[in-house]
Amino acid sequence: MVDTYLANLSNQLMLGAVLLYVVAMVGYAGDIAFGRRRAEAAVPEQAKVLVGAGGPEMPASDTAGAEEPADAGGQGRGSHWGHFAILINILAWGVHGAEIVTRGMAADRVPWGNMYEFVSAIAFAAVTVYLVMLWRYKISWLGPFLMVAVVIALGIATIWLYNDPGPLRPALHSYWIAIHVTAAVTATGTFTVAGVATILYLIKSRPGTPRPGGILERVPDAETLDSVAHRTMMFAFPIWTFAIIAGAIWADSAWGRYWGWDPKETWSFITWVAYAGYLHARATAGWRGRKAAIISLIAFGCLLFNFFGINYLVSGLHSYAG
Amino acid sequence: MSVDAPEAEAAPQAPEERPAGMGAVGWLRWGWRQLTSMRTALVLLFLMGLGTVPGSFLPQRPLAPEKVTKFFDDHKIIAPVLDRMSMFDVFSAPWFAAIYILLFISLGGCVLPRSRQHLQHIRSRPPQAPRNLDRLPQTASYETDAAPGDVLAEARKVLKDRRFRVDEHGDSVAAEKGYLRETGNLVFHLALLILLFAVGSGAAFGYKGNVLVTEGEGFSNTLTSYDAFKGGREFSSSGLPPFTVWLDSFTAQYLPDGPNRGQPISFSAKIRYQDGLKAAVRPYDLQVNHPLKVGGARVYLLGHGYSPQFTVRDGHGQVAYQGAVPFLSTDDATYTSEGVIKVPDAQPDQLGFIGLFWPTAVPNAQGKVVSAFPAAWNPQVALFAFKGDLGLSSGAPQSVYKLETGKLKPIVMGNKTKPLAVGQTETLPGGAGSVTFNGYKQWISLQVNHDPGRVPALTAGLIAILGIVTSFLVRRRRLWVRATAPEGGRTVVEVGGLTLGGATPEFDAIVERLAGAAPKPTTPDEE
Ligand code: HEM
Repeated sequence: MVDTYLANLSNQLMLGAVLLYVVAMVGYAGDIAFGRRRAEAAVPEQAKVLVGAGGPEMPASDTAGAEEPADAGGQGRGSHWGHFAILINILAWGVHGAEIVTRGMAADRVPWGNMYEFVSAIAFAAVTVYLVMLWRYKISWLGPFLMVAVVIALGIATIWLYNDPGPLRPALHSYWIAIHVTAAVTATGTFTVAGVATILYLIKSRPGTPRPGGILERVPDAETLDSVAHRTMMFAFPIWTFAIIAGAIWADSAWGRYWGWDPKETWSFITWVAYAGYLHARATAGWRGRKAAIISLIAFGCLLFNFFGINYLVSGLHSYAG
Repeated sequence: MSVDAPEAEAAPQAPEERPAGMGAVGWLRWGWRQLTSMRTALVLLFLMGLGTVPGSFLPQRPLAPEKVTKFFDDHKIIAPVLDRMSMFDVFSAPWFAAIYILLFISLGGCVLPRSRQHLQHIRSRPPQAPRNLDRLPQTASYETDAAPGDVLAEARKVLKDRRFRVDEHGDSVAAEKGYLRETGNLVFHLALLILLFAVGSGAAFGYKGNVLVTEGEGFSNTLTSYDAFKGGREFSSSGLPPFTVWLDSFTAQYLPDGPNRGQPISFSAKIRYQDGLKAAVRPYDLQVNHPLKVGGARVYLLGHGYSPQFTVRDGHGQVAYQGAVPFLSTDDATYTSEGVIKVPDAQPDQLGFIGLFWPTAVPNAQGKVVSAFPAAWNPQVALFAFKGDLGLSSGAPQSVYKLETGKLKPIVMGNKTKPLAVGQTETLPGGAGSVTFNGYKQWISLQVNHDPGRVPALTAGLIAILGIVTSFLVRRRRLWVRATAPEGGRTVVEVGGLTLGGATPEFDAIVERLAGAAPKPTTPDEE
């Protein structure tokens, strides 16, 4: 039932993707270390971008008037290191995509049926979101940090979570798996990008510290980071909502009720509430900024706990761990 | 809630001052404002989130009653305390209901007046231009030879074309657009309200029953046929539609080899059902994701297991029991199952057995029997026999899966038992009788569910998503154009823009369109 040739190919592609992500990470690091300083390189470009069209929409802050320079753009024509890193990153993404496709073909089903496959798909979603944002909004400063997260995630998946491809359990025999899991994976990947941006924001906005140089050299100012994180979460929140609803529809046909407070459902709900809390805090005077950011990290913690903790600590109907 | 400035829109309703000497009405009003403030709603929402946490860590009665019992055995002191706080049935706890209802009221109390305000606001005219347009986040100005009236007429046209709502006040034109943002937001919150309502009322009017059916048997949709039944508050048992379901056979398929050997691939129950008393009997292939819809309810395949068949003869040599006894799996990877046979009719002593069933019995390294596979490739049972008083006459309800061993004496224990293969008989010592393992049947557990809130809840959920996406995509923006002609001079045109939630390039485009070949607009804050 399982095509071993494709299964092996998929495993090799996974190794290839991880190696390429590592190379991309090194490339980004080289860009930080040896690339031209932003201050020298970016200023003329910023002026051009902004006067032209009112600035790119994405990094624009929500607080009217705080239209920060799109130094996002700093990379626009960064060093050779930067170009190299992005190129390798795209290549890694392609190989990663091929890994997922071959995995699905090997088992002849959607390639997300166990933890190994979920982590791979989430990392892929995160990189996809990053690349789209890179193309639209020039956020290559996020690259090195996201690569670290992706390499760690894929490392954990390959070393500890690996499972040979195989058919799905009966509860997963439903086209809702494609819909529900795709939405959950996309939202999780997007929330991951937001989480990385939020951590950078919290580091950059620490009160009382001088503007950090070093590896944060290329990272734009706090407002832009906050805004990127916010927009990213605004994108992910409705998808997460949809994932929960699609999950409920599926649960309705598989388990006999659309909502039963299974631990996984419970923590999806908690995660949803926490992100809604963040969105409200972000829209509330006095809560904007670091407080809201911390709420969003708590929400991200709930998301991760739901994904890892619940699967391994608590037994429930979502019995795909292992 | 005021919407005149970005800060005002974003701000929560400011907490009211405590009423000083306002009397009961004042306090009530104050209390209501507190309850319906966004902050309270959020606190309630967080409380609800927090309240669900114990439900995900502690065993819950409706989901796993046997685990609750075990928890009570393991934690003798803390369990009753937790139980008093409804910690084993969190989602129907009074305090959970309190949070739920308060949230419902709070959300309603905030969103409904806000919706009314928004409706008024949609019908009202865009606000007049502020005196100093150059203080706005987006500004531009230029001079032109056109007369102020012509400039304003042109501005009206341009803005109308861009689907702004336009109004003229003296020397200025005011325009506003993007009401859909607030509309979407309100639709989202209203939909959540409806969702809460649908979920709650669905549970109140619906019912849910669980029943175990063995191959060759059936059940009717009546209260007494269920092993467990839960009707909502508003449910009455006369509302159970009469239908009957019979199980002909059940098939489970498992992966025969590989690293995931034993993982189930498919479950399928061949059933027949009759919708109502006079309807035709129809066959149905019941599978995990394919519930049977009958009588306004849905019948789900939830679980399955083995029912070994036994013949028990008592001390007088009479057949005291013959039939299939459902055993419960203790390990889903191998379907090693446990069950109990109670033989109250046995003479001179009642007999009871605790049984272990291995669908694919093999000896393990220590020579003990274990099950190697969940399918019944080599079914064997081991029985631990007891004689004495089963305790059934006391009238106290007993679980059919548990033997009350208090007044029973073991007659064949652990190491003396030899597993029985199909057809084998074990003779009990001391002339107590014998037991024969005749084979096995399979059982399935069914859940019958009726929830009238399902479809409304789903609809509300989808509308909520549409609402929130709309609200996230649309930005509210205002724009003013003022044209003044100082005596003898050229006409000075000032344009000011205010976008709630980040500037858009639209402003520059409009200015460019208005100014035509006039000098490029300056946008001071963007330098
Ligand atoms: C009584 C309860 C609630 C009140 C009074 C309330 C009030 C508000 C208000 C005033 C806004 C607009 C903020 C803005 O214009 O930017 C808002 C936005 C929002 N609310 Fe609520 N809300 C309540 C409950 C909820 C609940 C239960 C959720 C569920 C997740 C939720 C999710 C959201 C989201 C996602 C937004 C969008 C935030 C944004 O615009 O960035 N709200 N809410």
